[in-house]
Amino acid sequence: MLDWLAIDWVLLVIAIWLGVGLAGLFALRRFSFVARILFPLGSMGGLILAATAAFAIADDVQVAILPLGLPQLPFHLRLDALAAFFLFIIGAASAGISAFAAGYFRKGEGTPPGLLCLEYHFFLAAMALVVLADDAYAFMVAWETMALASFFLVTANHKVPEIRQAGFLYLLIAHVGALAILLCFGVLQANSGNYSFAGMRAQTLSPFWASAAFLLATLGFGAKAGMLPLHVWLPEAHPAAPSPVSALMSGVMLKTAIYGLLRVCFDLLHMQLWWWGVALLSLGLATALFGVVFATAQSDMKRLLAYSSIENIGLLLAAIGLGLIFKAYGMAILAALALTACLYHVASHAFFKSLLFLGTGAVLHATNERSLGHLGGLMRYMPWVAWLMLIGALTSSGLPPFSGFVSEWLLLQSFLFTPGLPDPFLNMLIPIVAAAIALIAALAAYAMVKFFGVIFLGQPREEKLRDAHDADFLEKLGMIWLAAWCIGLGLFPTLMIRFIDPVTRVLVGHGLGASATHWWLLAPTSIERASYGPLFFLLGVFACLSLAYLLVRLLYHGRLRRAAPWDCGHPWQTERMQDTAEGFGQPIRQIFEPFFRLERHLPLPSDKQPVYRVVVSDHFWHRLYLPLARLVERLARQIGRLQQGRIAIYLLYSFLTLLFMLMLVPR
Amino acid sequence: MTISGTLSQLLAIFTALVVAPLLLGWVNQCRAWLQNRSGPGLFQPYRMLNKLFNKESVVAETASPLFRIAPYVVFGCMLLSCGIVPTLSTDLPLSPAADAIALVGLFAMARVFISLAAMDIGTAFGSLGARREMLIGFLAEPALLMVLFTSSLISQSTALTGIVEHMVHKDLAIYPSLAFAGIAFSMVSFAENARVPIDNPTTHLELTMIHEALILEYSGRHLALLEWAAALKLFAYSCIGLALFLPWGIAEAQDPMTLLFALPAMLIKLAIGGALLALIETLSAKMRIFRVPEFLATAFLLAVIGMLVHFLLGA
Repeated sequence: MLDWLAIDWVLLVIAIWLGVGLAGLFALRRFSFVARILFPLGSMGGLILAATAAFAIADDVQVAILPLGLPQLPFHLRLDALAAFFLFIIGAASAGISAFAAGYFRKGEGTPPGLLCLEYHFFLAAMALVVLADDAYAFMVAWETMALASFFLVTANHKVPEIRQAGFLYLLIAHVGALAILLCFGVLQANSGNYSFAGMRAQTLSPFWASAAFLLATLGFGAKAGMLPLHVWLPEAHPAAPSPVSALMSGVMLKTAIYGLLRVCFDLLHMQLWWWGVALLSLGLATALFGVVFATAQSDMKRLLAYSSIENIGLLLAAIGLGLIFKAYGMAILAALALTACLYHVASHAFFKSLLFLGTGAVLHATNERSLGHLGGLMRYMPWVAWLMLIGALTSSGLPPFSGFVSEWLLLQSFLFTPGLPDPFLNMLIPIVAAAIALIAALAAYAMVKFFGVIFLGQPREEKLRDAHDADFLEKLGMIWLAAWCIGLGLFPTLMIRFIDPVTRVLVGHGLGASATHWWLLAPTSIERASYGPLFFLLGVFACLSLAYLLVRLLYHGRLRRAAPWDCGHPWQTERMQDTAEGFGQPIRQIFEPFFRLERHLPLPSDKQPVYRVVVSDHFWHRLYLPLARLVERLARQIGRLQQGRIAIYLLYSFLTLLFMLMLVPR
Repeated sequence: MTISGTLSQLLAIFTALVVAPLLLGWVNQCRAWLQNRSGPGLFQPYRMLNKLFNKESVVAETASPLFRIAPYVVFGCMLLSCGIVPTLSTDLPLSPAADAIALVGLFAMARVFISLAAMDIGTAFGSLGARREMLIGFLAEPALLMVLFTSSLISQSTALTGIVEHMVHKDLAIYPSLAFAGIAFSMVSFAENARVPIDNPTTHLELTMIHEALILEYSGRHLALLEWAAALKLFAYSCIGLALFLPWGIAEAQDPMTLLFALPAMLIKLAIGGALLALIETLSAKMRIFRVPEFLATAFLLAVIGMLVHFLLGA
């Protein structure tokens, strides 16, 4: 086994996952076997994958051909730095999520545990294969397996009608996206009939066809990633799934779409045009702003996180767009900076979003509540989950010294270099885009304060919350693993940047690894220009903090008395007087009113039982999707007239078609 | 890291600790004079802090550990920010650890912690304060970043010391972009430091308070730390303004002797700035909370105009 190549190890892990899944099928209802043996095994697989990928990222490209698939078209697999980076994300994040899942899945919840185990591990294996695939056929097979496995996971609790609807919507949009990707590959092979990625790289397309391929790829991968206006499935499907699956979908699956976009734009296409970047940048920013504004208005904790995922995907798309612009103008170093920001955020988002979703799972199990309006005060009853979630929430808000800040910092730095672009229009526009990024980051902090504050702080809004219990050992272990990555990536950015270096070399031919000479100081271009040293930063805060603590204790005293809350002397207060989730989001609803479609029911003074109700929904759904659905239905009804249900008429159709075809045949 | 660098770093932090309450006392004194009162004296904030440190802390029964940690975190963040901003000298060993963007992140960190702590007790006013603080925060942060970006585009650096060194050496010409940025920055500072057009630091009228609502449940040493942190924040913002727009007098790395002149220069600039702040506060009325977004959007647009002017005129 010692002379195995990295790609063999990756295949081994995929085989382990498939095997674990099949084992689940044979132990359909043996709950403890599935939970205590199979899921931890899957978690081990994730660890092996992450370690392998970490070693393979700086290695040479490795290829393998699996004797599967069509006779003329076996599966081509290829492990390069880009694939290794995403395999690392899949492995490291899934290791934590699987450990959590081992403690999470309970008896008697919808789908039997063995079946869940099968779907879950096939989902993991499919994601790894997507990243590894080196021809369009293998890619599409893995892509569809991923979509189907996740569809079944989303509908695990299929007895609830809303969940079935969410699953349907997800499947529909996933297939619209898959069609676009298929067409994109069709364009890329340029009539050569060679569907391997190596063949596509060899093609030189005209700018028109290259743009067509780019647009199709944006559409296809954007549908998977939740890009505006194809995002509607995401806030329905991600919350519907069991929490570990939500974590996997939000934290990891969305990243496969980013992977696909990077692969097509920078690797398979031989040219980049500047307007692609502008298009992607604008789409990304619109997506991010939309996502974060909606996140602040949500009152369901998992929906809030799903909208926050839309926001993060928007930021990633914006970073890729910026990379495209720089690449199109031949500024490879700056393109590498933008893409490093993008990849850094991919890693960071994978860990913190998984952590947050897992935390909601723990809360859900402890309280049976998803609605923020019924939660509160859980920090006292679930301290482990609360503190770990605090790390996730702070990372998500982009605060130093956590990992979310590093990627935001890199992104803002790369925007500050845009005045060097040769196009005067662009270099004026783009610093303003940096302001939009700042607004989005600040709003993300708002959403996270709401999320954490309403769930874990304050007083419990329901009596039953006082019986809430903390997560069990395996659940804690999974969350600690993810939280450790949030902190580690935040404190040692130069290590990560050296790790990303070979990936940007594959994409744009340049890397930032050479700049990471000091392990403690992040200075992507030059130290005079900009630098950030999170470790010193943390030590500085810590030194100031402990100095204050010690001086107060030494010079004064540490006396403390517990009393009832003061609250400006109000004599009685109940937990109902705290801000609700709706109340906390109200300022945003007022400021960004045009974003929302509000249905408000206000009580009259004469009402015996006054009811106040606000329903916030999405303009896209009412203005775009419902009219589209009506149109499709009308068309289907028209076409349905062809269906007469009589065999003679169908034979007539066949006969007419035959005649028509014969007419077309050249004599 | 040289010895002189370490010394000037420690001196900067120590100066901040001492001067920050003094600045607050000066502003309050000026306000009192402008309102025809005799005022409590310059050293009232010190007496106040001393009194609060001596008192025991009363903590609500429902408070979680987060509530007790938050004052220290906020104080630590603000003290560090005073150590990063070039107040006296640009020879700061801590400076490479955090540039302008990290400084904004540091302020955001303090804001998030104080807001979370305010929500922790679960009182109506606490969460009201948290919501308003975050509202002002997310509106002010982009504007502040735009201001910092304008100066960093002029000086080709986001390191605060780099910006200041560039600004000191540039010709004494009026930069129109900096004029816009300066106005935007002052507006942001009013909002971030809970000063009058946005918030009233002396109010305890429940419905209008923002900063006071956040720290309503604190007492004793915790309250003292938060008050001191607020003073440090005002000091840090004033010094950012001075460093960006009036950097003359700040000692530079090459020349430790100028450090002797830097302190009086800073004190004079702060005294004038504080008097102006008191004047503006006396002349203006507090605005409704939902006018605040307009106010800060104006600040943001001014900062954006400043940046565009920089691109159009190259200045």
